[in-house]
Amino acid sequence: MVLERGEVANSWRRERWDSLRLLTPSWQSRLPGHAYDGADPDGYMTMPEVIAFISRFAAASNAPVRTQTTVTSLKAAGSGYHVETSAGDIRCRTVVLASGACNAPSVPALRQAVPESVLCVTAFDYRSPDSLPDGGVLVVGASATGVQLADEIHRSGRPVTLSVGEHVRLPRMYRGRDVMWWMDAAGVSRQRYDQIDDLTRARRLPSPQLVGTPERATLDLNTLSASGVAMVGRLSAVRDGRALFSGGLRNQFALADLKMDRLLETFDEWARAHNRDDEVAPPERFEPTRAPASSPLEVDLRRGAIRSVVWATGFRPDYSWLDVPVIDEKGHLRHTGGVIDAPGLYALGLPVLRRRNSTFISGAGDDARDVIAHLAGYLASESLG
Amino acid sequence: MAMATVNNGVNVQALLDAREALKGAPEAARFTWRASCKWRNGTHSTSKVRGFFGLGQEQQHKTETSFEADHPEIFASEDHGITPIEYVLVGLASCLTAGVAAVAQNRGIQLRSVESKLEGRMDIRGILGIDSDVRNGYDDIKVTFTIDADASKKDIEALVAQSQKRSAVYDVITNPVNVTVEVV
Repeated sequence: MVLERGEVANSWRRERWDSLRLLTPSWQSRLPGHAYDGADPDGYMTMPEVIAFISRFAAASNAPVRTQTTVTSLKAAGSGYHVETSAGDIRCRTVVLASGACNAPSVPALRQAVPESVLCVTAFDYRSPDSLPDGGVLVVGASATGVQLADEIHRSGRPVTLSVGEHVRLPRMYRGRDVMWWMDAAGVSRQRYDQIDDLTRARRLPSPQLVGTPERATLDLNTLSASGVAMVGRLSAVRDGRALFSGGLRNQFALADLKMDRLLETFDEWARAHNRDDEVAPPERFEPTRAPASSPLEVDLRRGAIRSVVWATGFRPDYSWLDVPVIDEKGHLRHTGGVIDAPGLYALGLPVLRRRNSTFISGAGDDARDVIAHLAGYLASESLG
Repeated sequence: MAMATVNNGVNVQALLDAREALKGAPEAARFTWRASCKWRNGTHSTSKVRGFFGLGQEQQHKTETSFEADHPEIFASEDHGITPIEYVLVGLASCLTAGVAAVAQNRGIQLRSVESKLEGRMDIRGILGIDSDVRNGYDDIKVTFTIDADASKKDIEALVAQSQKRSAVYDVITNPVNVTVEVV
């Protein structure tokens, strides 16, 4: 059975901002036996479209979903697990944790030092610019969420300052194809967890600076600064009501530019090696991220220039209901490719669980097959024993 | 991993081993660096560095190092040594340079020469108290590396970028740190 605390596609229904679209093109949204069949396969699904897509899959696959059932506790019991839910207790041999890595906003402790006159909003609470007061907005974080919100809030007429730390720069389109097409084609998205040099790092990688728009536009820091968004370095402290930013902005730009170029080289090499050069436009390189002539190292949050702070500083999983000692000191689940180090316990849908695309809709099928094969083997060996 | 033919004189394996070992022993990774300073005369002082704490115990450099600091004659001083703010450039340069060597070793890049020039710009109206809107310290630091190595320009740029990313001095210059000064 599948336990769902709310309705099918619950987090897509309740924990996303209004304008969000998927970062992956619709043709790429593939689940086992279920593909996008709408009018715009190259477009990016809106939230209502995603909700409909997943709901159709739930119906078509006849998944035994129990909705409105919140798990409040999971503990080992005998050779299996005891699950307490808002709709009664369940005993089972095996459990797959598929609650994801984005259950709560991850906000740095320095938030506590922000003066009370400044409204703090996380990507979880944010719905649209209308929910923010008029006046300046500091957006902290420049991954997918941060750049999208900075752009949208700036368009609403509010002056936006974007605090930029380590980030992943990507063009939306490369050589005439969606960058996600390249990721798939060149085998990057299917790269396995046990073939990645620094898996810890890969699992912590910020989401790429991408947006899904009908124009298939690139939303990088050059786009944002050209439209008038002010860039500052990583927010490193709030002291006496003043936000202090790192002076290392240029190196963050350099690192992201170098990494993007390395990825584009991988794509070019793949196209060359597989004789696909004629099928796509010629190789291109993008303008390096332009460093502002000067970027402020501090902003006084008490002076009224900044009226709200949007924390786009990532998400974290919530395992408060998990009474099995499988969480490391950083709050992450200890697992090897989804096999948790407690017999019969498994995970799905975590960053680079088994492949780089483990948290993508299109990555769920392959990961599920692998993890369920292990789970089936475990059940078989248990019954033999 | 590092190829056998590359030798920048950095024992990367020892660094990688330390990284592994300290993953499970965060308390051993807590280091305290120390310096002591004695006023000589005027703006002249002498600082000495020898002992530090790390890996759970007191440690010592092989020899004690002494640093003279003073102001130049145009500040009506005797110029017994470089100014304190110039020591910051020395710290930044040597930290980034060590980083370049270590990262190059780890990436299998043979270095032939690594040179850098540093410029720290500062408006002395700050320290002289002429204008309270002018900060005391550097308002801009520029580091220019000239590197000769068996690598493309892109790979060399990546070395320099990575060395900034992992540099203690770069971090402490670009980000705030709590400073407590007491009198006993």
